Amino acid sequence: MLISRAPRFTSNDITDAKHYLTRREWMLGAAALTLLPGESAAATPQGEPLKAARNDAQSLREPATKFESATTYNNFYEFGVNKPDPARLAHTLKPRPWTVRVDGLVHKPKTHDIDDLLRLSPLEERVYALRCVEGWSMIIPWIGFPLASLLKRAEPTGQAKYAEFTTLLDPSQFPGQRSSLFGFSLDWPYTEGLRLDEALHPLTLLTVGMYGQVLPNQNGAPVRVVVPWKYGFKSAKSIVRIRLTSEQPATAWNKAAPQEYGFYSNVNPAVDHPRWSQATERRIGEFRRRPTLPFNGYADQVAPLYASLDLKKYY
Amino acid sequence: MSRRVRLALKGVVWGVCLVPLATLVYWFARDDLTANPISFVTTTLGDWTLRILLASLAMTPIRLVLGVSWPITLRRLLGLFAFFYVCLHGSVWIVLDFFFDWPRMWEDILKRPYITMGMLGLLSLIPLAATSTAGMIKRLGARRWRRLHRLAYLAGVAGSIHFLWLAKVGRTDQYWYVATLALLLAIRLGDVALRAVRRRRERRGARVATASIRMP
Repeated sequence: MLISRAPRFTSNDITDAKHYLTRREWMLGAAALTLLPGESAAATPQGEPLKAARNDAQSLREPATKFESATTYNNFYEFGVNKPDPARLAHTLKPRPWTVRVDGLVHKPKTHDIDDLLRLSPLEERVYALRCVEGWSMIIPWIGFPLASLLKRAEPTGQAKYAEFTTLLDPSQFPGQRSSLFGFSLDWPYTEGLRLDEALHPLTLLTVGMYGQVLPNQNGAPVRVVVPWKYGFKSAKSIVRIRLTSEQPATAWNKAAPQEYGFYSNVNPAVDHPRWSQATERRIGEFRRRPTLPFNGYADQVAPLYASLDLKKYY
Repeated sequence: MSRRVRLALKGVVWGVCLVPLATLVYWFARDDLTANPISFVTTTLGDWTLRILLASLAMTPIRLVLGVSWPITLRRLLGLFAFFYVCLHGSVWIVLDFFFDWPRMWEDILKRPYITMGMLGLLSLIPLAATSTAGMIKRLGARRWRRLHRLAYLAGVAGSIHFLWLAKVGRTDQYWYVATLALLLAIRLGDVALRAVRRRRERRGARVATASIRMP
């Protein structure tokens, strides 16, 4: 077994404010004086506030990434392939009215209205690490509740082994889904999948907010999942359907480049992306690269799920 | 072409080529280099390296197609600016991205084809920059110098492949660079072929001429 039970973040991993400030000063130089207000780590959210008690047991003790960074540096191909596209085009998405269909191998399929979904289970805030497959990471205070609460209500049948998530398909709301000059796009709608035990894991969060407010459109409004021990693209955004299946579902990035994006895509510093190393990452807002942790630091909670799995083969 | 016009053209190249760098410095001062400044600076410098390199490679084809000579006076300046930007691009990678972590960089150069290709492009520009002076042309001899400077095409090909291989699925701008390079190469190769045909025809013409002289 490659993956040791690595500790989660130790106090050494927490950036001391002193260093943080030195780095900021270095980055900004003399221009620090011209900094616009509202750029501190606790940036003022502009969206609709959403109250939730923090789940301390499931929260990292690390400063959150700047709200501005988390909402302007996004991979969300439904809006466009460049990082600023989602923030620029976010207004085209209409997160209300919205429904989420839970069906497939369940005894009680149901279409949930988004506002009912918000009241389905108590909302909690969880500060998770987010590791993008491209080699950068953020610390984000999400708001939501365990996906298990929703799935258990649907009563999965004995045959259910996987969960498939489908993102909204609507080129009028998602400009990136319109056919392009070169004919390329992901195979819309975006689908992602988890093994049922992964989907039911207490860390897997059905997410409706972040930074104390309703989820911004560019971050996957109105509802997404967050699976913190996997690369970011595994966490489907703007979900309209969750279907339980007996077969492993096809997933969007895996279809586009199977040798680069596996079905599991657990964060793993020992398994390189074919084109770059995954051993290190750049935490957004930091200067130096830092080592990437197995399962993104959640090994003690999720490594047992993969006890019998060759993680090099099932990357 | 008058000296004044030539100087003006060079002034324009200086201006245009320094704008990207000045813009980066301005954004840096305003803390406006996106949430991932190092990645943004690296890609911006890489983009401009390739643009300026292709511009320098375009000078001869423009001369061939339009039949004007002024592009040649800009070729060296553009080439040197491409070298300048690739040095900045490489320095950011070494200093800001990997912070002198030589073993890891070396591993990446060997293991990641797109980095191998980028490094090949960078290295092939070094002898060109080193021999860019009039003195060096004289020392090498025009013929050898010209041959050496065909490396610029290798740099263009390596740079374009570097971009092609690193681009994520879904990006399309890399194809524009590849298409531009292909067009420029096609014009150069077309010119070589055309000249070969013309030379052969001239030779045959000369033979016919000599033959007709002997005739009587």
